[in-house]
Amino acid sequence: MKFTSLTAVAMPYEPVNVDTDQIIPARFLKFPRKDGYGKFLFHDLAEDPDFILNRERFREAKILVGNRNFGCGSSREGAAYALFDRGFRSVIAPSFGDIFYNNCLKNGIVPVRLSEGECTRLRKLLNDHPGTQLTVDLEKQLVAEPGGETHPFTVDGFHREMLLKGVDELGLTLTLMPQIEAFEKGYAAEAPWAVRGSEQML
Amino acid sequence: MGSPRTLFEKIWDRHVVLRREGQCLLYVDRNIVHDGAFHAFANLARRGLKVRRPGQTFGTPDHYVPTVSRSPADAPTAEIRRMVETFADNVRAHGIPAFQLADDRQGIVHIVGPEQGITLPGFVLVCGDSHTSTHGALGALAFGIGQSENEHVLATQTLWQAPQKTMRISVEGKRQDHVSAKDLILAIIARIGAGGAVGHVVEYAGSAIRAMSVEERLTVCNMSIEAGARAGMVAPDDTTFSYLAGRPFAPKGAEWERALAYWKTLPSDPGARFEAEASLDASRLEPMVTWGTSPEHAAPISAAVPSGPPRAHEYMGLAPGTKLEGLKIDRVFIGSCTNSRIEDLRAAAAVVRGKKARVPAMVVPGSGLVKKQAEAEGLDAVFSAAGFEWRHAGCSMCVGMNGDLGRPQERIASTSNRNFEGRQGRGARTHLMSPAMAAAAAIAGCLTDIRK
Ligand code: SF4
Repeated sequence: MKFTSLTAVAMPYEPVNVDTDQIIPARFLKFPRKDGYGKFLFHDLAEDPDFILNRERFREAKILVGNRNFGCGSSREGAAYALFDRGFRSVIAPSFGDIFYNNCLKNGIVPVRLSEGECTRLRKLLNDHPGTQLTVDLEKQLVAEPGGETHPFTVDGFHREMLLKGVDELGLTLTLMPQIEAFEKGYAAEAPWAVRGSEQML
Repeated sequence: MGSPRTLFEKIWDRHVVLRREGQCLLYVDRNIVHDGAFHAFANLARRGLKVRRPGQTFGTPDHYVPTVSRSPADAPTAEIRRMVETFADNVRAHGIPAFQLADDRQGIVHIVGPEQGITLPGFVLVCGDSHTSTHGALGALAFGIGQSENEHVLATQTLWQAPQKTMRISVEGKRQDHVSAKDLILAIIARIGAGGAVGHVVEYAGSAIRAMSVEERLTVCNMSIEAGARAGMVAPDDTTFSYLAGRPFAPKGAEWERALAYWKTLPSDPGARFEAEASLDASRLEPMVTWGTSPEHAAPISAAVPSGPPRAHEYMGLAPGTKLEGLKIDRVFIGSCTNSRIEDLRAAAAVVRGKKARVPAMVVPGSGLVKKQAEAEGLDAVFSAAGFEWRHAGCSMCVGMNGDLGRPQERIASTSNRNFEGRQGRGARTHLMSPAMAAAAAIAGCLTDIRK
């Protein structure tokens, strides 16, 4: 999925250690993706009409500014599906659950690590002025505030390239099959038990 | 030769197929799939791809399986039943070796892998489940992946990954009686925080880890993810090797000797550098329980609820200052990939023997083989006589995807690994603890100090 630069309303989300069970409760994971996962986003919390996601000013939000260890816990990719299907294309936080971070990258959501101070500043800005737009520029690797203040970030070169060009990662790896097979041959000679099929042991 | 390397670096380096702009294409030795993997199979089908190395893939259904019987027909809804059936269809279609429900060897992915010797030292092992960190207890690099990553592994037997940083957690000293591996890992998480090891692979070291059984090490590594670490590891040693010897999928004969020689080269070299270090004195630990909605909200049973996020206090219905000991509970769950192995069930049964549970309680063994072993030892009779339900293997009330759920506001003493809001059912309040502590809570009807 392609991503170059995005300017959109950003929604602040204060809690630390937001786990993927909050982002999407387990009972919704059995549904096919084509049904759309947007309605499951923060489902149980969103039943409260005052929940931030329900506020008019954040209806069009495409960027979420969170707090420490955002997306910790379960590996459920449904968390990334729910964010994406609801319209989010970038999540900014001081740190992320590692699996969630990767799941974002594979689903066209740019995870941006900024310092704790920067995230606090951005959330304050968004709380004080709901509806404020931020820019996430992956080309320049910058988050920009409307006032012109910018915050540099980095995404590893490999995934940055993939997102900028909209390259399909699995498609790319399939072109590397000769290298994978050569590796496998060498490895099999050293550790035959590792590459042997286990069917016969059943 | 070369500079000293950590266990993690040795395994990582051995599996790099190629590097590209900060990412490594890693070769994967084993990929374990479960009934939550249907998105990956659906995506494969959409692209018209096959599983490249079915023999290096392994399947067992766990998240959605009924625990009241072995019949998918006993799933509480048609949708849940379909999950179990879809899994069976997927592994059959791709020729993936798998244990189905009727097979005694079926169970929770993270129980079955080590139990069968599918997990081996030096392996890169992945599974579409965050608690894959469990398998690192055998000296493997094992981590959870998402379903897009799973699709990639199924199609190519490789995965793009950024190298992780390393963290060593050294635990010295001897645990006191009634202080379990679960208490140790809860204390570590309370110390470093739920995000304390984000971006790191943790190696557990020190005399307290060396002295542990493999099953105890599995419990510790299991909850590494609860401190933010994607993987936890313990260097393979004689304890590891004697655990693995003779397991069905472990190498045999001359190949075993060859593998053993390799495995013995894996432990971190003296002088190897870790990017972060932490340490803990095992002799000072007490039995632990969680009081809030993050695994870092853990405290000794002798403590009172500390102050914390108001939302956690509100959800748990617990004001700061409330004594943990004596807190009334409504239900007990003994199970999950953290604590459903035979040693866990023995520890719980020892507490329960000859007594009666005051609240509904259930025991869900981690695999059909654990269940069989427990029955051979008469543990099922001990639990049943005390009024505990004795179930079939699966994830069950750890996450409730199969319908085994707690009710709103129900306070549950649980041996699982996550006390997140809604984890065991909407509004259900989870207190994590060891099997012995959960068993004692069932008998007392409240959180209680197993040492008394
Ligand atoms: S027992 Fe719980 S934590 Fe373990 S794999 Fe199953 S649902 Fe996940």
